[in-house]
Amino acid sequence: MLTVLLILIPFIAGLIAFGLKGSGPKVLAVISSLATVATAIGAWCRLGTAPDSLSFTANWIPQLGSQFRVGLDGMGMMLCLLTAIAFLLVFIAIYNRNYESSNSFYGLLLLSQAGLTGVFTAYDALQFYIFWELALIPVYFLCSLWGGDKRIAVTFKFFVYTFLGSLLMLVGIIYLYTQNPDHSFSWESFTNLHLGADQQNWLFWLFFVAFAIKMPVFPFHTWQPDTYEQSPTPVTMILSGIMVKMGLFGVIRWLVPVLPEGVHMWADVAIVLSIIGIIYASCIAMVQSDLKRLIAYSSIAHIGLMSAAIFSHTEQGMQGVLLQMFNHGINIIGLWIIVEIIQQRFNIKNMDELGGIAQKAPRMAIFLVIISLANIGLPLTNGFVGEFLMFSGLFQYNHWFMAVAGLGIILAAVYTLNMIQKVMFGNANALTETTTDLQPAEVLALSLVVAIILILGVYPKPILDLVSNTTAVVLKF
Amino acid sequence: MINLVWLVPFLPLLGFLVNGLGRRFLSKSLVGFVGSSTVLAAFVVSLMIFFQVKADGFTAQVVNLFDFISVGSLHIPFAFQVDQLSALFLLIITGVGTLIHIYSTSYMHDESNESFARYFAYLNLFVFSMLILVLGANYVMMFIGWEGVGLCSYLLIGFWFKNTSYNNAAKKAFIMNRIGDLGFLLGILFMIMQFGTVTFPEVFSKAAPLGMNSPVLGAIAMLLFVGAMGKSAQIPLYTWLPDAMAGPTPVSALIHAATMVTAGIYMIARSNVIYTLAPCIQTVVAIIGLATAVFAASIALKQNDIKKVLAYSTVSQLGYMFLALGVGAYGAAVFHVMTHAFFKALLFLGSGSVIHAMGGEQDIRKMGGLKKYMPTTNWTFLIGCIAIAGIPGFSGFFSKDEILAHAFGVNISYYVIGLIGALMTAFYMFRLYYITFCGQFRGTHEQEHHLHESPAAMTVPLIVLAILSVVGGYVGMPEVFGTKNFLAEYLAPIFAPSAPFAVTHHLSHSTEWLLMGLSSVLVIVMILLARQKFVNYQDTGAENTGLAKVLENKWYIDELYDAVIVKPLYELSRFFRDTVEKAGIDRLVNGVGRGVKWGSQQLRLVQTGNVGFYIFAMVISMIVLFVIGFLL
Amino acid sequence: MPVQYYIFLSIALFCIGVMGVLMRRNAIIIFMCIELMLNAVNLLLVAFSKMWADAGKVDAGSAQLFVFFIMVVAAAEVAVGLAIITMVYRNTHSVDINILNRLKN
Repeated sequence: MLTVLLILIPFIAGLIAFGLKGSGPKVLAVISSLATVATAIGAWCRLGTAPDSLSFTANWIPQLGSQFRVGLDGMGMMLCLLTAIAFLLVFIAIYNRNYESSNSFYGLLLLSQAGLTGVFTAYDALQFYIFWELALIPVYFLCSLWGGDKRIAVTFKFFVYTFLGSLLMLVGIIYLYTQNPDHSFSWESFTNLHLGADQQNWLFWLFFVAFAIKMPVFPFHTWQPDTYEQSPTPVTMILSGIMVKMGLFGVIRWLVPVLPEGVHMWADVAIVLSIIGIIYASCIAMVQSDLKRLIAYSSIAHIGLMSAAIFSHTEQGMQGVLLQMFNHGINIIGLWIIVEIIQQRFNIKNMDELGGIAQKAPRMAIFLVIISLANIGLPLTNGFVGEFLMFSGLFQYNHWFMAVAGLGIILAAVYTLNMIQKVMFGNANALTETTTDLQPAEVLALSLVVAIILILGVYPKPILDLVSNTTAVVLKF
Repeated sequence: MINLVWLVPFLPLLGFLVNGLGRRFLSKSLVGFVGSSTVLAAFVVSLMIFFQVKADGFTAQVVNLFDFISVGSLHIPFAFQVDQLSALFLLIITGVGTLIHIYSTSYMHDESNESFARYFAYLNLFVFSMLILVLGANYVMMFIGWEGVGLCSYLLIGFWFKNTSYNNAAKKAFIMNRIGDLGFLLGILFMIMQFGTVTFPEVFSKAAPLGMNSPVLGAIAMLLFVGAMGKSAQIPLYTWLPDAMAGPTPVSALIHAATMVTAGIYMIARSNVIYTLAPCIQTVVAIIGLATAVFAASIALKQNDIKKVLAYSTVSQLGYMFLALGVGAYGAAVFHVMTHAFFKALLFLGSGSVIHAMGGEQDIRKMGGLKKYMPTTNWTFLIGCIAIAGIPGFSGFFSKDEILAHAFGVNISYYVIGLIGALMTAFYMFRLYYITFCGQFRGTHEQEHHLHESPAAMTVPLIVLAILSVVGGYVGMPEVFGTKNFLAEYLAPIFAPSAPFAVTHHLSHSTEWLLMGLSSVLVIVMILLARQKFVNYQDTGAENTGLAKVLENKWYIDELYDAVIVKPLYELSRFFRDTVEKAGIDRLVNGVGRGVKWGSQQLRLVQTGNVGFYIFAMVISMIVLFVIGFLL
Repeated sequence: MPVQYYIFLSIALFCIGVMGVLMRRNAIIIFMCIELMLNAVNLLLVAFSKMWADAGKVDAGSAQLFVFFIMVVAAAEVAVGLAIITMVYRNTHSVDINILNRLKN
């Protein structure tokens, strides 16, 4: 039942938030996300002792054989935890901001949380698909109502792009259903299908494109920088921190177990695309002057590595990906919190116009440096262990792939240090002269991020242990 | 005692936390005290550990703290290894570190409260990372320290972050180090794949059965060496080190001379089994080391910035250490690390004292005659110069001579080139000394008025280091002198696993005497030459021409890298951003959307509104369907 | 009479109906042509019904049931259609279908 609660709390809170006024939605959102975090931690404790108590099944559309089935394994638990923490961080970080018609804003955010949690807990393909879309729709409205100047065109592109992917996936799901003698959408029956190699061959692409668009993997990534740039920053945090994990989650939960031969056949292609993405996105990030776009491209590069490591199909790679999914979510949300602060203060995103903030706001500089360094995987920050394991997995798959992908860590250092230098160092200019240091709510959110970064950097075992059963299951296919 | 080894890195970490978190509240004296005393305490603990390690019959001990990474069969513990090599490095790091911390309390005193605390926090963090590096019981732990020291080096080079060129230098150091780090990382991954472990003894015991010249070990050795090139500033990744002089001078002394840059030597000495089993990579190491030694020395001949001369000298000395590693003289390399730590830290601190007195001036052409204003700095600096030049009796002589003797044993041309480098070293060091301390003062009146000897907090470390620079060599006196080589004996257990595979070249005593005599005489000749040329140096302001100009401009290597790597990379990136991304992929994506829209526009025209046409179309379609139905 | 005669007649009627619909512009004529087509189909249904009944395969008149359906539907259609045409004529004073192209674009 705890699993259902994870979905229901934000869902109900979201519906209530629509009806509240003033600072009501804000407070409700924080309370709801605190409750979700508590529930998630409770579920984590139960996972070790009574994992069965976390799954829940109800009849939903019996005519189709579709059930409402939720459950948690290590990966699902980890992602639910990430979702809960991420939304808490977002709500704390934006607590001092006032959005127009904030009731709808917070309501939609909470609904998207419910949708995301649903995706991560679904064990029924049809239900998975529905939550997949459900998570997208609130985000569409959030972007198109509260976004930047070019929001309509950009959001339209984002929506159509991802929706196209979803439809391909739906076609794939329906085809699998027609091939399924059990007349069921359940994960178990799908993984027992054992389709022929020729079918898996093309089915792979239906699913892969859907997930690749979401991640995004080169060359399906062009919606992402625009969307990150135009969305309101809280939404960007959700998009980059959690929504992109949906793609990775989809590959691990559905693509690899359901179409193992297809994955095996196309693994090289998928890895090559991912690695091209790493280098390509890193290069572009190096010559970006827009802060939001820079982080967007850096995210593409990082996701590229995760995707490559999944397809390497090694234990270390898989563990690394699962760990890094959590860490990347935390780190990038931390980065966006700082970007949001900078954008709020100076109302510009162009790094060339900034500079010297470290003098005026040393705490902000320290937070940015720590989070950026975690983002480029410096040892003893959380980014390192995941990256190390992913590289190790990829190396075992193919040395040369790893060597090329490894160039990404050099390029990552280049663009990250450039960013830090342009934003924080140098002399303060007319714009940054008058700035002040962080406010308490921002310090709280960023301190949480940094605490997670350092704790998991030194002692990653809890997450590694949590996800190890997923790795064991996935590697069997 | 060994079980308390975690205290050694923990104490500086504590100092980092106290200074970092309390930078707004703590007074300068308290910050200085916390920073120095934690390192001093670490030194005391290291000393106790050292005496325990030194005792006969000691075997390497591993202290496990917790499981760091544990995936499937791969276990990487967070563990420290205490043995002869790490204990020696502990002493060097914490010992020199303490002196430099004490020195810094005075040198950095003009900084604001907050940045003073920040400085000490970074310095303590550096000591922590460096200790992790040498204490780590496996390659991943070493890598943690490896990147950690890179980070601290970045933070300290760019300590004065308002200055853009300092920031650029810091960035360059970090990125060049990262290039090396990638090599190191690949080496570690290779080990994991091949041996399934990264713990030192296990790796070495699994490497030995592979035998000589196995391609796997060759690849691992080469990749690790790439890492060492980056960290220890060898060709082609050396250009960051001279730029790193942008940091405060004590930082240059600690990080960019005495400790961090020797990490590469530590790593190869630690992996001596792997290198001994891959002789062709050893040759590569030797050649790169030798080339770096001579190349950097040639640049140092014509530099006018006091710190730049010392920086190139450091690069050159590191080259000698790699030469030693390349010819299999691991002990000699470690020996030179130690003596170099003493005299190079001394020289840097001395230069810091000079810069402090000169009010920030670093150009030696504007100095001169400082001898009478700063007597202590003068004679300690002179001792440093003598030590590095290799005059018999001083520490540099013993270590450098040991390296050259080994090089002679392997290949005479190594020896000859190495000797040429050593002669250049003697020449540029004494050029530096004479221009700075002798002759007439050439600065402004204001500066002359300001000239003063530095306070005790700065001169005491200088004196201590000067003493060490003199006596430090006697722990490794060659057996030719009829004494035991204590250091070689002490380190023997570390290099024992590789001993069965090593090729030993034994020189007769007469040859050794000959080589020593030859190098000593030539060095003294070079010093006299320098004295004759520079003792009454006058700044003529004439431009250098020909080779001198090339040397002054560091062989234009920075410009070369800029033109060959940096600029093309940025061009490529811009090409990606503007052409491939905007005009290529994104246009394709938008093109699909626009295509659908355009197609719909066209199809819309079919809807003429003419009912007759609709019906006609309907009938025609039906007929077509019938025909198709019949035909199929 | 062989059933072919009915088929040919019915085809002829149907084609006349189609051509009328395609070529005439007067809405009422088009309407009548549609009726013609419907009746062609009716004729065919009756003819086939008879044929299969003679052969003893089906009950007599079972297919003719459809004819009544069609007639009913056609009657309803005429009612609606003529009403539309009347309204069109009131508005445009014409029953020429070519001027009724306002739906385009």
